[in-house]
Amino acid sequence: MKKEWPLWEVFIRGQHGLNHRHVGSLHAPDAEMAIKNARDVYTRRKEGISIWVIPSAQITASDPGAKDALFEPSVDKIYRHPSFYDIPDEVGKM
Amino acid sequence: MYAQMVKTDANKVRDLSEMTEEERAFQARIDRGEKIEPTDWMPEGYRKTLIRQIGQHAHSEIVGQLPEGNWITRAPTLERKAILLAKVQDEAGHGLYLYCAAETLGVSRDELIELLHAGKMKYSSIFNYPTLTWADIGAVGWLVDGAAIMNQVPLQRTSFGPYSRAMIRICKEESFHQRQGYDIMMKMANGTAEQRRMAQDALDRLWYPSLMMFGPSDKDSVHSAQSMAWKIKINTNDELRQKFVDQTVSQAEYLGLTIPDENLSWNDEKGGYDFSEPDWSEFFEVLSGNGPCNRERMEARVKAWEEGSWVRDALMAHANKKEAAKTAAE
Ligand SMILES: [Fe+2]
Ligand SMILES: [Fe+2]
Repeated sequence: MKKEWPLWEVFIRGQHGLNHRHVGSLHAPDAEMAIKNARDVYTRRKEGISIWVIPSAQITASDPGAKDALFEPSVDKIYRHPSFYDIPDEVGKM
Repeated sequence: MYAQMVKTDANKVRDLSEMTEEERAFQARIDRGEKIEPTDWMPEGYRKTLIRQIGQHAHSEIVGQLPEGNWITRAPTLERKAILLAKVQDEAGHGLYLYCAAETLGVSRDELIELLHAGKMKYSSIFNYPTLTWADIGAVGWLVDGAAIMNQVPLQRTSFGPYSRAMIRICKEESFHQRQGYDIMMKMANGTAEQRRMAQDALDRLWYPSLMMFGPSDKDSVHSAQSMAWKIKINTNDELRQKFVDQTVSQAEYLGLTIPDENLSWNDEKGGYDFSEPDWSEFFEVLSGNGPCNRERMEARVKAWEEGSWVRDALMAHANKKEAAKTAAE
């Protein structure tokens, strides 16, 4: 049996209602301890009001080698951005 | 620094024409200021050097708790005790952020800790000096954390993403460390004659060891040149040491304390102070294990690791048992 505590990824939601954000990782024997450790390691200065932890092994990441195939198609679709359209000043703020 | 004299395996820094295509593309990414992430392709030398550097940095944070932890039970007031406890707890956090950053490179935390305990990895020379009086706790925050900040602020821009992110977190917390140290020094320096004497004595003993933290001059070092090309080192040791001295002199003057260096004088031409080099033979002695506290520090670390082992095992066994019971019930 492997003796080292498994690795967990820690996500914290700050004060202002934003999404939980990845802040780092830590070792803990189980989820309960991971939350307790995350509190000590990542929220010593009121960094958040909610903590998520997830075993690092459970994360599926996109393949860095497939970066082009995944993200390139959005590069030339500039019409998805509001600045693509010229709206006359007379129309007012839009 | 917290990572001193990190070797790179390079015997010369190769130019672009001597690199493979992959290496050239990698170097181009770094030159463009892109961050390298753990799953990206990287040269083996980059990976290995970073493990050494981040590992050594992490060890320094952890071992660095010992000289200050030494005074938690003897802090002069309850407030000072709470502050010191919070500071030392921050250092534990710094160690953990950095071990995690190192782990993204394919080494485990336990492996790094075992390498440290086997004497195969180092930590900063500074933590092998004793903290003899309460004034030393002031001087450590002021000078040692001050020197660490000098090095860590530019490292926020380092090329390796996880290292850079750890540095950003750490830098947010460091300023409190230096200020609480200087605050202690102000109290001591404006206190009784005996307190002033203690403050001066702490500065006398810790000044040169603090200068040593930056490591010997590396202007001709291949390792430093390679590390700088990879942006895992941002400034030379001499640059950082000069900045540190220039910043610290007026702080010492404000305290009415004397920096123990007869050669310290302002040099108009270079726009900085001239100062004496520390005794580098002492530095190499400390680095090779013969400093005043090397043995004590390693003994304390190994003892904590070994005596904590049953707790780590028991918690893991408990977690496995709970997990098995849960699976059985499903
Ligand atoms: Fe630190
Ligand atoms: Fe610190």
